[in-house]
Amino acid sequence: MITALLLFWPALAALLVLLIKGEGAKKVAFIATLVEFAIALFATVNFVPDATTQFALDIPWVERAGIGFSIGMDGISLLMVLLTAFLVPLIVLSSFKHDYKNPHVFYALVLFMQTGLTGVFVAMDAFLFYFFWEVALIPIYFIAAIWGGARRIPVTFKFFVYTIFGSLFMLAAFVYLYFQTAGTELAAHSSNVNAFYQLTLDSATQSWIFWFLFLAFAIKMPVFPFHTWQPDTYTESPTQATMLLAGIMLKMGIYGVLRWLLPVVPLGVSEWADTVLVLSIIGIIYGSIIAIRQHDLKRLIAYSSIAHVGLISAGIFTLNEQGLQGGVIQMLSHGINVVGLFFIIDIIFRRTNTREIASLGGITQTTPALSIMFLILLMGSVALPLTNGFIGEFLLLSSVFQYNYYFGAVAGLTIILAAVYMLRMFQGVMFGTKSEATEGFADLTFHEKAVLIPLVIMVFWIGLFPNTFLSISEPAVGQLLSIINR
Amino acid sequence: MISIILLSGFGIINLFVGFLKSKRILLPLSLLFLAIVFGINLLDWNDTKSYFDNMITIDNYAVAFTGIMVLSTLLILPFTQHYITRNDENIGELYALILFSLVGAIMMVSYNNMLMLFIGIEILSIAMYVLAGSDKRSMRSAEAALKYFLMGSFFTGVMLFGIVMVYGATGTFNISEIAGSAEAMGTGGANNVMFMLGVLIIIIGISFKISAAPFHFWTPDVYEGTPTVWTAYMSTVVKTAGVAAFYKLMDAAFSASYPGWMPTLVAIIVLSLLIGNVGAVVQQSMKRMLAYSSISHAGYLLMTLLAFNNFSTSAILFYSFAYSTASIAAFGVLHLVAKQRGSENYEAFNGLGKTNPLMAFAVTVAMMSLGGIPLTAGFFGKFFVFSALIENPDMMWLIVVAVILAAVGIYYYFRVVIAMYLHPVAEDHTPIQSTSFINVMLIIISALTILLGIAPALLSGVL
Repeated sequence: MITALLLFWPALAALLVLLIKGEGAKKVAFIATLVEFAIALFATVNFVPDATTQFALDIPWVERAGIGFSIGMDGISLLMVLLTAFLVPLIVLSSFKHDYKNPHVFYALVLFMQTGLTGVFVAMDAFLFYFFWEVALIPIYFIAAIWGGARRIPVTFKFFVYTIFGSLFMLAAFVYLYFQTAGTELAAHSSNVNAFYQLTLDSATQSWIFWFLFLAFAIKMPVFPFHTWQPDTYTESPTQATMLLAGIMLKMGIYGVLRWLLPVVPLGVSEWADTVLVLSIIGIIYGSIIAIRQHDLKRLIAYSSIAHVGLISAGIFTLNEQGLQGGVIQMLSHGINVVGLFFIIDIIFRRTNTREIASLGGITQTTPALSIMFLILLMGSVALPLTNGFIGEFLLLSSVFQYNYYFGAVAGLTIILAAVYMLRMFQGVMFGTKSEATEGFADLTFHEKAVLIPLVIMVFWIGLFPNTFLSISEPAVGQLLSIINR
Repeated sequence: MISIILLSGFGIINLFVGFLKSKRILLPLSLLFLAIVFGINLLDWNDTKSYFDNMITIDNYAVAFTGIMVLSTLLILPFTQHYITRNDENIGELYALILFSLVGAIMMVSYNNMLMLFIGIEILSIAMYVLAGSDKRSMRSAEAALKYFLMGSFFTGVMLFGIVMVYGATGTFNISEIAGSAEAMGTGGANNVMFMLGVLIIIIGISFKISAAPFHFWTPDVYEGTPTVWTAYMSTVVKTAGVAAFYKLMDAAFSASYPGWMPTLVAIIVLSLLIGNVGAVVQQSMKRMLAYSSISHAGYLLMTLLAFNNFSTSAILFYSFAYSTASIAAFGVLHLVAKQRGSENYEAFNGLGKTNPLMAFAVTVAMMSLGGIPLTAGFFGKFFVFSALIENPDMMWLIVVAVILAAVGIYYYFRVVIAMYLHPVAEDHTPIQSTSFINVMLIIISALTILLGIAPALLSGVL
């Protein structure tokens, strides 16, 4: 029941928000997301850390065809839902100083998107998963396309068509897998996740299914070379949409790999793991190098995101426990850091009207609070020990080393390169002499602190006590591994 | 059966009421007639009966398809409230012709005999030829009618030729007897040249009627010239009837000779998907885009003919209805927009999200449904079609092709959405005038599309 509540509350709230014209919409949306977060916390407290799917609800949807409305949460789902429920209120709060046209539509779309995202993480039925996968796409497309920057129309259109293209292949693969499943007395087949896990297909079939599914997930993450939509879309979208995209939506792809790719076609994965690792590692290096060359802050973070996701995808395709656990914890860390960084860029942009590193500088002189928070989030991103990024990247890199020594060595460059582009950015933006644009730069306001402080707390929490989260996902990851290695 | 008789009678009543030349009487009256027929039709559910010496069989298949066709007509007719052509004279005939054409459509889904199929197609087509030319002062309408009539009668002739050849090979017009006779020939008749030639020619004839490529050349021109309300009818009811008739024929009469005609059908499907989707991309006019899109949807629908399993009939039923509701909303709004802004191009939709939020919403839902995006009926339509086909492992490649082209579809459907929400309103664009009745219909159509997108079992479970 809690899962259903988590799923439908934002959608209901969205309808409510639609009715409120004007500024009130913001506040109602914020309260609604806080309620959602409270429900998610309640679920976490009541969660028993074992491998079962909890708070499950399974009602027939297309009964004759064995398609169910099955939702529930195991450790991995719970962490993802928690991340979503934690970030969305902050994203809404971060928009309080923005004056978007038609605010009621904007916030309704954000809330509606939260339903889609939560649905992706709790769906335990392949078609339900696909359903929410697309449901999450529609609101973000409109948010980005209506409230975005000057080139928004072609850019978001490319994003939309690109991701739909990938997901249609996922649908085709799901339909095929569905017809291979054994059914019950009611229906000839079943699209439940467990029915998919019981499939034993030959390795040639698994190979092509692997690519069908991987294409969808790789476009969403995005893994090199399917990333071309990402930097433009991140840059052109309004900040809140970028936060949703980078902070949460990107995790849909990784979560999809964990839940619907690795355990379903393990032979296909072992056949192609090398290829995926190579692609991911190319992504790490490629993303980092391009990030170093960027002048625009938003683009820089967008490319750094490609590098970070490359490492997560490399780690989880090693199929060892450290890699998967590292992937899960790094999804949380990356979500927190990237949302924080994009928000700081937004703060800088709103005060100076520029995102060019060259025209900024000297901000530290007047802004102690901003500087400290920026630095902490940045260090989290660079994976400094004591911060959240360290835990994830350490686990991920160690798994890649175990898989192949050379891969590990190349992937390890990510830490050095991240330090280069991040510190170069920090130096250019925050230190040095004041420029025309940064003259009279004011420090953080109350609202801005209210967004950044929770994020900073989480950076340290995950960095110092990772077991709070690792222990939640550990049994679920263990079970995934046992299904993969069966 | 009663529905056929009733519709014929109601059509004649409409002709006489037509002397009043009053749409305020004719439209409600026609809607009432259709509602009555819809209700009476459902009485035949689970009560299979044959009529006219086994020429017509009213079974659940016929009832279900009659139901969605009558319902589609019910949803289309309200859009005639504004105007059909520039000067609506002699509208009694138009309302009568719609009812008469439905008689033909019902015969096409309930025939048991090739002659009834032929008569059904003719009744439907002749009404459509007239409706295509009903905007008498418009050159484009006249051109559409002439083109449709010439091509249509040629292909009906071709089809009759095929029927005769099958008759020559089997000695019967009855579809179940044809199946038995083909069985007796060995390999389902695939070795009998005359029989197979007949089957292929019939396939060509019906493909023309449902505007499948490569027999689609008339479609964009005729769709463009025909008054938009009747285009909506043409692309929904006529297509539904054609595909349902096609499926019934292939399933009941020719399923044994599947290997013989399968390659031809696969070629038709691939060409329809390809030409429909690629052709739609390059259009500037929304009406022509919808015409090409209807070619591609014919391709998706025909995919069910490659697998005769219990999914196929549900898939056709669901897909036809999903496609019909979406098309009606799209053509309906286009009808109003084109008349009031004088253009059928995408630009005419610029800023519709601001000036007419309800219409823009209805079109958005329709476009998402046509594109097959979840939350709408179109998604489950595509899903059921692919499901029906996937049990046939040789056809995996066709599904891949269809999937890729479905992604192309998203491209052109979303151009409309982008125009409505993202392009600014042109200065001379005043809000589109509409009536509250039409607005209510748009809400109902959108609600139906979303309802079936959330609870597909409502319709997919009936057959």
